[in-house]
Amino acid sequence: MTGPGRSGAAADTLTGGPRPGRVRRRRASVPVPLLVPALVGLVFLLLPLLALLVRTPWRSLPEQLTSPEVWQALRLSLFCATAATAVSLVLGVPLAWLLARAEFPGRGLVRALVTLPLVLPPVVGGVALLLALGRNGVVGQWLDSWFGVTLPFTTAGVVVAEAFVAMPFLVITVEGTLRAADPRYEEAAMTLGASRFTAFRRVTLPLVAPGVAAGAVLAWARALGEFGATITFAGNFPGRTQTMPLAVYLALQSDPAAAIALSLVLLAVSIAVLAGLRDRWMTAS
Amino acid sequence: MTTRSARRTRRTLQAAGASAAALLALSACSSSDDSASSGSPASTSASAKPSGTVTVFAAASLKESFTALGKEFEETNPGTKVTFSFGGSDSLAASITGGAPADVFASASPKTMKIVTDAKDAAGTPATFVRNQLEIATLPGNPDRIASLKDLTKSGLKVVLCDKEVPCGAAAQKTLDASGLKLTPVSYEQDVKSALTKVELKEADAAVVYRTDVKAAGDKVEGVEFPESAEAVNDYPIVLLKDAPNADAAKAFIELVRSAEGRQVLTGAGFLQP
Repeated sequence: MTGPGRSGAAADTLTGGPRPGRVRRRRASVPVPLLVPALVGLVFLLLPLLALLVRTPWRSLPEQLTSPEVWQALRLSLFCATAATAVSLVLGVPLAWLLARAEFPGRGLVRALVTLPLVLPPVVGGVALLLALGRNGVVGQWLDSWFGVTLPFTTAGVVVAEAFVAMPFLVITVEGTLRAADPRYEEAAMTLGASRFTAFRRVTLPLVAPGVAAGAVLAWARALGEFGATITFAGNFPGRTQTMPLAVYLALQSDPAAAIALSLVLLAVSIAVLAGLRDRWMTAS
Repeated sequence: MTTRSARRTRRTLQAAGASAAALLALSACSSSDDSASSGSPASTSASAKPSGTVTVFAAASLKESFTALGKEFEETNPGTKVTFSFGGSDSLAASITGGAPADVFASASPKTMKIVTDAKDAAGTPATFVRNQLEIATLPGNPDRIASLKDLTKSGLKVVLCDKEVPCGAAAQKTLDASGLKLTPVSYEQDVKSALTKVELKEADAAVVYRTDVKAAGDKVEGVEFPESAEAVNDYPIVLLKDAPNADAAKAFIELVRSAEGRQVLTGAGFLQP
């Protein structure tokens, strides 16, 4: 008996007429029970960042930041985060499409599994990667014996660890955009003779480009800040696997001033990227 | 109706729990300033019967032996409970100077203990109760036939060390420097346990860790002693904290650690006597 009701609701959304209940939007003052917690929340999120700025050793900062170790770590961080984002794009966009458009049994379960790295403690992710792709891992031992490839302790290992943690952000974002996008454009393209892949390439992809960009930015930012999986799976060696977050963590053990300076760089890079791209892409979808 | 009200109650409880946690976190951060002045009454009334909970912050390497000693303490002193927080000495020291309510601090190095004493959070002078020496951990059966520190410099061998910033890494570097060896590891790990784990998982061929860690890992790794380790023996100091909520019981626990019985448990775990 749910059939007619559901199709009726779907028709309503498709016609997109004005909804009677929402027409009159009164501009009311913000109620205090909302305003106070909102401001406390804002302060809570910004205070630690502010504290970082207050305690930054500004005088020794130029010296801290021009040290070769910092540049090495920053360069490696930027390279690995970008590579991890590229991997996420190549694998994640098709995966998102599969979840949004293809019908197959167990899709809900697959979606849940894809989002698992979002909630998994990154260290657990790192251990899991070691057990899968390590020299003695389930798959890794074959990589080693057939191709002589071992991922732990290599830059490629950092990219793998970061992609593992960051890709779900891209998949989720792109899937959401795909679900919001009207599939009738693709259907129209296919009735005009396009294959499903051509329709995806020429119609769907341009349609969801803002969502893909937003997902890529999120994934990039997450990869840049990734710590747990990286240090567990790829280890820590300056110039090869020591990214900025690792350098910050280890500097904190003996030289807090250096750790603060490094954190500041990471913070500045992250803010620049998020602020520069987020407004443009996020609202477009 | 009942389910709805139950749900509402649960939600309120969750919210309350979350805000309590947030408050706790905030107060833990802020109390570092006033901890010096507001010191809880660390009563020095001599040798009262220990009771209540003793909170011990101890280096991760002490986990096995201190857990055993804690059990023993609870048995010989009915009505007491020993709770532990095991972790890296640096982060434990940071929590203590940040105002964490602990009674005893047992650190893996005098350097981290100094953080606590410098912050005037210790009551009295720390006492060295055990020492730990480095050992090479290799794969079971020692397939690479590692017999000395020099063997670790063989090419093609994947060796992990602790980072120089953490105690085990500083000690390893000291032994390498003393013996004039140059060793390029595949990774500088963030603590001794993660260095050992890389060998246990067979991702690395060898690691330089503490004797006690090799012992605790059982037959998952094989230990190789090397004479140069005498160059960098780590002292473990223990101290009663100034703001200890349960100073009397804490003193009794420290006494147990330093007693003949405690010594036996600790040497059994691979520690050396000072």
